[in-house]
Amino acid sequence: MFSPAILIQAVINGVLMGAVYALIALGLTLIYGVLHIINFAHGALLTMALFAVYFAYKVLGLDPYVAMLAIAPLFFAVGYGLQRFVIGPAAHGDDRSVMLVTLGLAIVIENLLLYAFHADTRTIDVPAGFNVIDVDGALLGVSRVIGFAAVMLLTLLLWALMKRTDTGKAIRAVAREKLGAELSGIDVAHIYAVTFGLGTACLGIAACLLIPTFYVNPTVGQSFILVAFTIVVLGGMGSVTGALLGGLFVGVIESLGGLFFGETLGQLGIFLVFILVLLVRPTGLFGERA
Amino acid sequence: MKGPLAVVTVVGLLACVPLAGASNVTLNFLIVAMLAALVGQGWNILGGYGGQYSFGHAAFFGSGAYVTAILQVRYGVNAWVGFGCGIVAGAIVGGVIGFLVFRSGLKGSYFALVTLAFAEVLRIVGSVAPITGAGVGTLIKLDLRPEALQFQSRAIFYWLILLLVFISLLIAERLEQTRFGAWLMAVRENEDSARALGVDVFAVKMGAAVLSAAVTAAAGCFYAQYFLFIDSSIAFGSRVSVEALLAAIVGGSGTVFGPLAGALAVRSLGEVAKLVAGDAPGVDLAIYGAVLVAVVAFAPRGIVGLGATLWARLRTGEAGHLAGSSSRG
Repeated sequence: MFSPAILIQAVINGVLMGAVYALIALGLTLIYGVLHIINFAHGALLTMALFAVYFAYKVLGLDPYVAMLAIAPLFFAVGYGLQRFVIGPAAHGDDRSVMLVTLGLAIVIENLLLYAFHADTRTIDVPAGFNVIDVDGALLGVSRVIGFAAVMLLTLLLWALMKRTDTGKAIRAVAREKLGAELSGIDVAHIYAVTFGLGTACLGIAACLLIPTFYVNPTVGQSFILVAFTIVVLGGMGSVTGALLGGLFVGVIESLGGLFFGETLGQLGIFLVFILVLLVRPTGLFGERA
Repeated sequence: MKGPLAVVTVVGLLACVPLAGASNVTLNFLIVAMLAALVGQGWNILGGYGGQYSFGHAAFFGSGAYVTAILQVRYGVNAWVGFGCGIVAGAIVGGVIGFLVFRSGLKGSYFALVTLAFAEVLRIVGSVAPITGAGVGTLIKLDLRPEALQFQSRAIFYWLILLLVFISLLIAERLEQTRFGAWLMAVRENEDSARALGVDVFAVKMGAAVLSAAVTAAAGCFYAQYFLFIDSSIAFGSRVSVEALLAAIVGGSGTVFGPLAGALAVRSLGEVAKLVAGDAPGVDLAIYGAVLVAVVAFAPRGIVGLGATLWARLRTGEAGHLAGSSSRG
């Protein structure tokens, strides 16, 4: 068996990785909470963001943490545009159509990236990816610690945005009662697009936090998408607290699962948890609505 | 033209292609297109007629393919028997997944998600389990005898897959005529109303899932026999799941000929893309994705729906009032 020190290390690493998972899931749950759609393009958009950060570093020499300042607004714009000009108009407000459109977008994005950059796996070398902090014997990767802190900060910011600003109020109004919001003069199509943009911006930031220790290839998003779905389902669709706690939980499960069963089977564990939660309690642990 | 007669005519015409001296390249294209049509029809039974959009039909395709291959390679079972067992295995997988999923009342996006997850689980299991050949895949020995379900001539393979497509078309045609089909479509339109009218929603969905899985698994069995090789990402990868719904949606979901028309259209487009952009990975799928979005946006009733609208306009001589009424049977 493993010594407690290794177990603690695995749990801490899981929590740190789980924070980034939580951010990805946060974007997904935000979109679900307001638009009531499952964004199947979420993974592909994450891949796109990882490529953007990769090339920002390789071509422009931008450190991923600096690039974040440009990537986040850029991906907000991408998400806004996609919802406003593609997903919204194409789906005619039909749920099944929304699923198909976001799936179609995911296929387009992934395969254009595959066509443009081939299946090669790329990585970048920044100091944050290698340095570790020694806390009482447990070694923590600097980039993971930064990631954890950034996610906590972002969640607070997002919370403030939702509670304190007019836009946030409008988003909550649309989420609660779409028709009523529309009647009181809120531009629902705009708010939908803003929400989608916020969800996509989360991916841009997640990409910046991931890349120092992760790799990028055209299918990398796929390994995250079911993890993100698992978290969202576990935490309850549309619940922000749920996404955060679910993310940390899944991070730890994956880390421990990988330790005991190897990486491939560790992933299998996540999918089984996912199916089980869906079958037994589809509203999740924190969600209200099915 | 409607009913079984239309099915017989269309399949009869397609069956004449090899007699007209088609080259092996053409036949290969048609075989692959018919394979897509079969998978698409499998999806159409559950997704098109039943309204349960699955994103994981690869689970059934792969089960059929693996059972056919493994029974032959590891247990020396006759290929024809293996083929039958593959279809049964697919139906069982469909039944098990359907039972679990419909029992807990999952529908809409949740249904899509959970089917996707089942296919992923099978893909991972297939890539590590020794019996599937793990990462290496399973190779069926070349043995060009009819007893081994392998043929020197591509025309025979073509007629075989056409026969399977023919059966799947008849199944879809029966769905439009029988009570079971009417129940299924009632569930698609409004589950609660259907239940209120006395339809056993769970049983109807289960029946559709098993039928759908069996048809899709037959395509998997044929794939294994024709290409003589499968691995986990071919069998259970997302590509099959995407092609299944693509053929049905592009052709017209919930119609008899939709998947066939869709498969031919999508496959032709893929070939054109290869001619234009070269055989680079990603091009064909990128176009498929764009076509999917475009069809959902501009022609939600697919090729068959477009055709019906055009036909109605021609007959009435103007922007006909029949346009909306003649597509879904």
